[in-house]
Amino acid sequence: MDRAYFDHAATTPLRSEVLQEMLPFFQENYGNASSLHQEGQTAARAVEKARNQLSSLIGCLPQEIVFTSGGTESDNMALKGTGILSRKKHIIVSSIEHHAVLYTAKALERAGYRLTILPVDTTGRLDPDTVKKAIAPDTYIVSVMMANNEIGTIQPIQEIAAIAHEAGVLMHTDAVQAVGNLPIHVDSLGCDLLSLSGHKFYGPKGTGALYIRKGTPIAAWMDGGEQEHGKRSGTHNTPGIVGLGKAAELALAELPQRMEHVQKMRDYLLEEIPKHIDEIRINGSLTNRLPNNVHISVKYIEGEGLLMRLDDAGFAVSTGSACSSHSLKTSHVLEAIGLDAVTAQGSLRITLGHDNQQKDVERFVPALVQVVASLRAMSPLYHTKKP
Amino acid sequence: MYTEKVLDHFRNPRNVGVIENADGIGEVGNPVCGDMMTFYIKVENNILTDVKYQTFGCGAAIAVSSMISEMAIGKTLEEASQLTNKMVAEALGGLPEQKHHCSNLGADALHKAIDHYRSKHQEPLLKNENNEGINTGNINGRKKMAKPKVDKDCCTGCGICIESCPTNSLELVDDVSTLVRPDTCTGCGACADACPLECITMEE
Repeated sequence: MDRAYFDHAATTPLRSEVLQEMLPFFQENYGNASSLHQEGQTAARAVEKARNQLSSLIGCLPQEIVFTSGGTESDNMALKGTGILSRKKHIIVSSIEHHAVLYTAKALERAGYRLTILPVDTTGRLDPDTVKKAIAPDTYIVSVMMANNEIGTIQPIQEIAAIAHEAGVLMHTDAVQAVGNLPIHVDSLGCDLLSLSGHKFYGPKGTGALYIRKGTPIAAWMDGGEQEHGKRSGTHNTPGIVGLGKAAELALAELPQRMEHVQKMRDYLLEEIPKHIDEIRINGSLTNRLPNNVHISVKYIEGEGLLMRLDDAGFAVSTGSACSSHSLKTSHVLEAIGLDAVTAQGSLRITLGHDNQQKDVERFVPALVQVVASLRAMSPLYHTKKP
Repeated sequence: MYTEKVLDHFRNPRNVGVIENADGIGEVGNPVCGDMMTFYIKVENNILTDVKYQTFGCGAAIAVSSMISEMAIGKTLEEASQLTNKMVAEALGGLPEQKHHCSNLGADALHKAIDHYRSKHQEPLLKNENNEGINTGNINGRKKMAKPKVDKDCCTGCGICIESCPTNSLELVDDVSTLVRPDTCTGCGACADACPLECITMEE
């Protein structure tokens, strides 16, 4: 059976070009990038090339990049690393941050920091004015994600960063979902720190970076051999970093075509699904939205069943239902945009990518119609509502 | 994460549907937690001649409903009353840990339907052919919902159970986890599973 992978917000397939760049760095060029001999210097040059490739993608200086193991590490480093050095102890985040930011902020709160979690509107957008009101004399950082991983809403980072800077507060953005899907330039965004992850844009898993604007006070995150300007010690993951660099190079070259490719399919789904299925809700903003994200709630059914039936029909999708999570809790993002718990149970996320084609989304709509009908037919809630 | 048996019953659920003029109806669960089942039974000469159900829920909830319907048909009411959620889980080759409390409700729903049937027969005046206005909540006072009981001396106030509660029913009171909203507690047991020191037991 033909399968269509619609879960690119979870991870993306590694591009062949990326793999080809990585392969020589497993066995042939195995040197440690910190070593002075030829083997080491070959690795060091590859790491610096990747740093250049990545800095071109986000418009920063190469020395402003610190390689990490991924988005989660970058978020932890950004919030905790600046917090350690700051005499001010107040953190502001939005209520729809990824857990890598939200739980990091809560961990700091347990350690004695003060935390403000700001609400968002029903489309998931944070009003910059609420940030302005929340900033206090002891605020050291504002962290707001650039684009949401569940509902795809894009935040007004530029405006929020301007407000933060006016008050002398650092601005961090988790851009894990945005890099490779949207044009990013750290200077026009105005952020001081930006997290990104390689496997979200066709690079290898276990790779990522934190952009740190020159002059931003941040403590060493990993102490040891002084790699990454002493900020993040540990032997360089050379093959991974090389892959991340190549993925960045491809993203920069292909961005306009990539956006157009997924956006066409996204708009097709956003238009067609409501035509064929009643009582659904489209979540997130229709205007400020990632070009590859479709997020709907199908009333009267539960998302895990929906996901599993679609999986059987050949489609890989995602859900924010409580049942599908280990914690058995409804997604905090869907709660924050005001979805009641029952509607949130029937949520479905489709995130498109390079490897999807129009014929895949055309096949998907009738499959979804059929799966929804079969689950609603056995739902006691649907029958109560529709006698 | 699911066994082949679970997947089979999820993909091809047996006996789905509604029995018109059912002899007993039982409803359990709560859509807020993600799982809700309504069971319908037909009884002739003390034997369950038909069992049908409707289920809102995850893969496990659908498979559990299907499995217990198969296990119950043809049994006497006494035999069917002996079926337990544990037996259903075993018949399915096991269920993931986090699904035990929330989704494995099939036996409870079946027992409620049987109780409903019995209550109608003990009190024929209440018989209602159209099954209207049935109180499926607490017939005959059978299984009351279990609630978490926290061992105060054991609790360190770490708050992990509070984070785990799907309905936010727990809070720290004097640094001890406390059920402050018993009305919203669905008895799912997620807190008991989450507690790293096993200080919480589910008690009826």
